[in-house]
Amino acid sequence: MTEIGLGHYLTLGAVIFTIGIVGIFLNRKNIIVILMSIELILLAVNINLVSFSIFLNDLTGQVFTLFILTVAAAEAAIGLAIIVVYYRNSGTIRVEEIDKLKG
Amino acid sequence: MEISIIALPLLAAIISGFFGKFIGDRNSEILTSSLVTISAILSAIVFYEVINNQYQNNIIIATWINSGSLDVNWSMKIDSLSAVMLVVVTSVSSLVHIYSIGYMSHDPHKPRFMAYLSLFTFAMLMLVTSDNFIQLFFGWEGVGLCSYFLIGFWFKKDSANTAAIKAFVVNRVGDFGFALGIFLIFYLFGTVNYSEVFELVPTIINKDLIFLGIEVNAIDLICLLLFIGAMGKSAQILLHTWLPDAMEGPTPVSALIHAATMVTAGVFLVVRCSPIYEYSELTLNIITIVGMSTAFFAATIALVQTDIKKIIAYSTCSQLGYMFFAAGVGAYNVAMFHLFTHAFFKALLFLGSGSVIHAFKDEQDINNMGGVWKKLPYTYGLMLIGTLALTGFPFLSGFYSKDAILEFAYLRGNTTGYYAAGIGIFTAFLTAIYSWRLMFKTFHGKYNNKDIKIEETHESPIIMLIPLILLSVGAIFAGYIFKELFIGYDGVYNYWQDSVFFLKPLSVEHPPFWFLILTPILVILSIPISYYLFVKNKNLPERIANVNRPLYHFLLNKWYFDELYDTLFVKPSKNLGLFLWKFFDIKLIDRFGPDGISAFVKKCSLKANKFQSGFIYQYAFVMLLGFSALLTFLIVK
Repeated sequence: MTEIGLGHYLTLGAVIFTIGIVGIFLNRKNIIVILMSIELILLAVNINLVSFSIFLNDLTGQVFTLFILTVAAAEAAIGLAIIVVYYRNSGTIRVEEIDKLKG
Repeated sequence: MEISIIALPLLAAIISGFFGKFIGDRNSEILTSSLVTISAILSAIVFYEVINNQYQNNIIIATWINSGSLDVNWSMKIDSLSAVMLVVVTSVSSLVHIYSIGYMSHDPHKPRFMAYLSLFTFAMLMLVTSDNFIQLFFGWEGVGLCSYFLIGFWFKKDSANTAAIKAFVVNRVGDFGFALGIFLIFYLFGTVNYSEVFELVPTIINKDLIFLGIEVNAIDLICLLLFIGAMGKSAQILLHTWLPDAMEGPTPVSALIHAATMVTAGVFLVVRCSPIYEYSELTLNIITIVGMSTAFFAATIALVQTDIKKIIAYSTCSQLGYMFFAAGVGAYNVAMFHLFTHAFFKALLFLGSGSVIHAFKDEQDINNMGGVWKKLPYTYGLMLIGTLALTGFPFLSGFYSKDAILEFAYLRGNTTGYYAAGIGIFTAFLTAIYSWRLMFKTFHGKYNNKDIKIEETHESPIIMLIPLILLSVGAIFAGYIFKELFIGYDGVYNYWQDSVFFLKPLSVEHPPFWFLILTPILVILSIPISYYLFVKNKNLPERIANVNRPLYHFLLNKWYFDELYDTLFVKPSKNLGLFLWKFFDIKLIDRFGPDGISAFVKKCSLKANKFQSGFIYQYAFVMLLGFSALLTFLIVK
């Protein structure tokens, strides 16, 4: 049984980050999934910050994480609100059907 | 006072043209007529002063161009020559203004019409009173412009529009020569003022120039170029085609512009430039030939035309030919004398024919008239005076001026002079025939109009008759009264002073007696002849026409000049224009120029369009790619 080190935490962060990224552009269905993917990306960053904070004995990283969580919560609220309004206007939140910017 | 002669018509034109709607139809008619009449009275005073006190003046109104050695003024030159023109222009113009009040009474655009008439008067006065060639050209183009406006006055008629454009374009041909002449004058003399130019003329008599690869005498060239301008304006043969068409305009316009004043501008130009022309024997001969050809050819056409105005138009053309050949044989004063008398009787004939047209409710074909002389007694009587004066019936004004022309042509003593005199006499005979044909067909014989009953024809209102009566006074007495003044043989009194220049004095001999009485006899004989032909034995002219069918058609179609020009100039230029438009413009310039570029840009943007799918995930993907690339770049660097 090996010791769980910084490398493992960073790998976890990278994996979650990648899942988030891929989730954004492979997703064809629901715009909420995109929102969730963005949350995943933020969380991946948080994991990085926390792990560095512990291994470097610097509390700044954890404080920053708390700030990010707050911002993420606010962002999720606003994002969901936009989606609700959008659904009300166009009757769909399917990503494939949202192409009003098409030239 | 002198300046107001010019300024009043301009003022009238401005007020009536721009504010006609505010001051109303009646007011603008009264205003323009009275201002031009005042101007006519002032001109008469000036003329009187010139006759009695040898009054001469050159009033500089303002500097126009002052650039390098070119020095041009707005000026008003009053001398014997311009005084005559002032009187002719303003008096005929004021009578036409008054006549128009009656003639145009049913027209909805009266202020505009009156404004054009006044503007024309102003431009014509600028032309005759200028002391330099540039202001002359200004007036020259000004009258051309007004002529265009007035021919096309009934702009809803297609034929009027085409006639106006034709007049404008044909005049451009002449004006091109005229402008070249002025350029050449400036090039040779370094000035465009008459007095300076005329002083310098004798210094370059033997100078030769290369023009179009041919070596020609400079004076000859100047005179020829100026004469081309005069030919255009005065409707001489080759450039005459616009004048008969110009009859599409209202009749007062035909009387004022296309009979009495504007078309005589060419004659005026030649007389004004007599100090140059006197040194060019060649051009004088050409003028004589052109003048007599025009006189003859227009008279032959007038013989067979049936439109009352066209007959008089060709008659004008023919009389202008007389004036030119008077100038061509060096008798400038006689040319001016004929111009003077012609203005009266031709304006009278035109206004009289307008009165007839008015009576027949816009019918112009003389075949549809006849037998109305009792119904239109005043018009008939006045037209009769005009006809007698035109044909040169003894002791009316045309008699003095036309006979004087023939005499001087005879006395010139060279071959051209004799030819001109001979053809002139024959033309005078033709003139008498066609004039009497017009009179007899219009007023005598059977009544031929099917649309209007004879009872419905009516005499014109008094406001149209007054100008006619005044003109008829001129037509009767102008010749007798002014004969001594203009062409006094005895040389006791020289009216012209130095405004007309004679290199060698005119011959003072008298032609033989038989020559003197030949024309009057022919003219008097023509009355019974035409009476027989056109009233008594109407079949005879038809039989003559039938026997000589090709000749008849040749004359009826105006010597095929229009058709000739159509094939020679109009069609080729139209085809060239079509080619340049359809091929050069559309297929070359547009295709590779504006259209090509815009099509290319459109194609590119359509391609670029494809990137904008509108899907968020694609944008995100591209952002990711870009970000990664940037990051990689930073790390690797």
